[in-house]
Amino acid sequence: MSKVIIEIKRIAAGVLNKISKKTVPILRMPIRSLQNVKYNPKEGYFELVGRMKERALTASTVKTFAQSLRMMSLSKDLIESDDIATKREAYYVSKNWGEARFKEQPESDTIMDDIEAMMMVNREQIGFIPEEKGGDVAGKLIVIDKDPDSGKDIRIDCTKFGSGAYSIPSSVEGLKFETKAKFILAIETAGMFQRLVKHNYWKKSNCILISMGGVPTRACRRFIRRLSDENKLPVYVFTDGDFYGYFNIYRTLKVGSGNAAHINQFFCVPNAMFIGITPQDIIDYKLPTHPMKDIDIKRGKDALKNDPFVKHHKEWQRAIKMQTQLKKRAEQQALAKWGLSYVVSDYLPQKLKNPKKWLP
Amino acid sequence: MAIKAVELAKGQRDIGVAEFFSRNRHLLGFDNKKKALMTTTKEAVDNSLDACEESNILPEVQVEIIDMKNDRFRVIIEDNGPGIIKKQIPKIFGKLLYGSKFHKLKMSRGQQGIGISASVMYGQLTTGRPAKIISKIDPTEPAHYYELKIDTKKNKPEIVKEAMMDWPKEHGTRVEIDIEASYQGGMQSVDQYLKETAIINPHVTIIYTNPKAQQTIFPRATEKKPKEAKEIKPHPYGVELGILIDMLKTTEFRTLQAFLQNEFTRVGAGTAKQICENAALLPKNHPKRLSCEQAEKLIDGIKRTKIIAPPTDSISPIGKELIEKGLRKEINAEFYCACTRPPNVYRGNPFIVEAGIAYGGAQEAEGQINIMRFANKVPLLYQQGACVITKSITQTNWRPYGLSQSNNAIPQGPCTLLVHIASVWVPFTSESKEAIAHYPEIIKEVKLAIRECGRMLGSYVNKKKRVKDEFKKRSYIEKYIPHVVEALKELLGEKAVDTARVENMLKELLEKKRGKLDDLKFDPAKNKDFDEELSNFGKDKPKKIENEEDAT
Repeated sequence: MSKVIIEIKRIAAGVLNKISKKTVPILRMPIRSLQNVKYNPKEGYFELVGRMKERALTASTVKTFAQSLRMMSLSKDLIESDDIATKREAYYVSKNWGEARFKEQPESDTIMDDIEAMMMVNREQIGFIPEEKGGDVAGKLIVIDKDPDSGKDIRIDCTKFGSGAYSIPSSVEGLKFETKAKFILAIETAGMFQRLVKHNYWKKSNCILISMGGVPTRACRRFIRRLSDENKLPVYVFTDGDFYGYFNIYRTLKVGSGNAAHINQFFCVPNAMFIGITPQDIIDYKLPTHPMKDIDIKRGKDALKNDPFVKHHKEWQRAIKMQTQLKKRAEQQALAKWGLSYVVSDYLPQKLKNPKKWLP
Repeated sequence: MAIKAVELAKGQRDIGVAEFFSRNRHLLGFDNKKKALMTTTKEAVDNSLDACEESNILPEVQVEIIDMKNDRFRVIIEDNGPGIIKKQIPKIFGKLLYGSKFHKLKMSRGQQGIGISASVMYGQLTTGRPAKIISKIDPTEPAHYYELKIDTKKNKPEIVKEAMMDWPKEHGTRVEIDIEASYQGGMQSVDQYLKETAIINPHVTIIYTNPKAQQTIFPRATEKKPKEAKEIKPHPYGVELGILIDMLKTTEFRTLQAFLQNEFTRVGAGTAKQICENAALLPKNHPKRLSCEQAEKLIDGIKRTKIIAPPTDSISPIGKELIEKGLRKEINAEFYCACTRPPNVYRGNPFIVEAGIAYGGAQEAEGQINIMRFANKVPLLYQQGACVITKSITQTNWRPYGLSQSNNAIPQGPCTLLVHIASVWVPFTSESKEAIAHYPEIIKEVKLAIRECGRMLGSYVNKKKRVKDEFKKRSYIEKYIPHVVEALKELLGEKAVDTARVENMLKELLEKKRGKLDDLKFDPAKNKDFDEELSNFGKDKPKKIENEEDAT
């Protein structure tokens, strides 16, 4: 029997036991927020501090309590039958639960995340997979996957997608890699990724390009992590010059998030470095900007106050303060002001040559 | 120019009081046919009730309205009051601004001496027929019969016929007036007026025969007569210059000191001296010889003297219990409350505000709350928008009390709000006595009264909400326990979980902490005082009827 099933049964037996003794059963799980993590600079990711939340069975929690147990039961079935369900599918399965069904998917996602955290595993291990696509890859990389029917290896050459790209699957654990590239460049927007593919940037600088398409998915983070670890490749991150790019995207990729802190260990990319667009770039490259909204400024203040990663890095604190004073943000594609190929011909080579202009 | 002035002078002459009001009958409440029926009935009934109360008689009033066709109605009101002596009958019914109440400061329904004679005049104008009056003051005396009209130019009674007759009643008065009118039920009808009168005057019996010859009896709910309202002298603070000059001229007292002490309430020797001192007048001055300037000084002196508030035994409120009882009779609600404020004073006139609320139950949940306004125990059915009561209601924030309300509007919800203002002189906005004027002191008191009731309402509504939430939570328990058990069975195997036992234990566990609950569900049979017949009376007509004047 798998470890997860043993754990699920242990929790359920605990609940039953409490009920039989007429005491209130409690489900415990780590609090999933930035308040409950600390930055471990040695390992390079957010780790849980260990504060727990308790879901005691009372009249007002009886619904979520019932739903949690039913979700655990679904997970057990999935593992036992070696099946998987997407988050959306799990939501639809709940429609069989009568009164205990979920009205909207976010409700079921939350409970799923709770159970995941309760078990301290990632959701694939409890039988659930995300809906979302992992991200796009182009460049000097051969991904070795398996044919679902024959089980034979398939070699996917990421240089051979022309103007398209290889798409990271939702589960990346079974993939193997072959590459002679020098580094990985993770890019925030699909637009910038297209631009670099168009100019064959990966060929010129011998690298692997990955488009994250906003906040990187777990699959994307894990893909980059494994690729980087197994091939000793440095990872450079290129996002918009705003707080969303710095923290929601870069920080999540590098050290993980508060929400999924229990799995950050596997999903972080500690050796990622931020090459741009930095607040200094806005000045150095005289980039066209947009004014920051009040909510952006608040996000910056919030990061200074609450983000353990920012608190650890003076460089980031300086960057935030600088940008807050500028009250401006710049997009990656603002570099097009100096010509469409400027990013390939000037910006990236200059930035990559000069590690002093990076942020940790 | 002089010629022109002479010419103009030919057209300048006296305007008779009756002439004025016959042209401006809307000022007296005769602006449309339906309202005319209500007003005529109301003036006669109000007089009957006042007369009975003054003579310490338990009133029994018979109201009969006969449809004479072609928009003509005969209104007959007969009471068991003290009767009217022969000499006075023509003046009371045939002369406007004649009456006993205008010069008295005493809480009464009528106060101006216009009402009943105006009804006689309206009848005469619209049907040409005289009013017929029978009155008898003692079993040993004969009854007097009069047929009266009003000489509208001279404002004098015109006696069409007079006679002595036998009348089986021991004493009382019967008035019969033919008027042009129309009969309708609904919110502003004669039916509604009689019903509300019965509710607010529980010691009164009214026997009402409507134009369809259907008889309704509103029996008295109590034999206890209301505390008699005492007449008071004016309070110095309420006197204006013109009235003061009049009083100075007509007084029998020969020194200012004696005048002040005897003609006003709350003025003793000390206060009188103080007033004179503040007015720089000698207490020994002869009142009749005071000049206009000196009278002005006197007013000023009064203002600068501290005088205690007028006595308040001159007002007889309905009382908290009777208001609540009246509401219970009329409305089958879940919750009732009422309060009587302590007396206050505006312009030297004492007044008392009372309020009551009936909430929920059989009342409609949508739309504005129902407002019942009363002044000196008389229902006010028209001009709601112009009344101080309405203003006080709209200026009160009802949301904390559990009613919804848009800004400065009448609140919404299943609720009836009753407000009664009692005073020795109710300041109506017009002679038709439909709305009360906006004196700051009155607004303040009305607001305090409705807030007091509002707080009681609020705590009830909150309690109801809490109970509802609690019921919801309890139903949660019932709903989701089977799912907990089901999931446990799936997780641990059928054998490990005894469904019934675990379900029971869970139920016990979850309900352990939740105490007993008051059942606040509306039970229509719970209200023993509710009088369905009374409640439905006058409601069989379409609810919304034209509100020409209330559209403002």
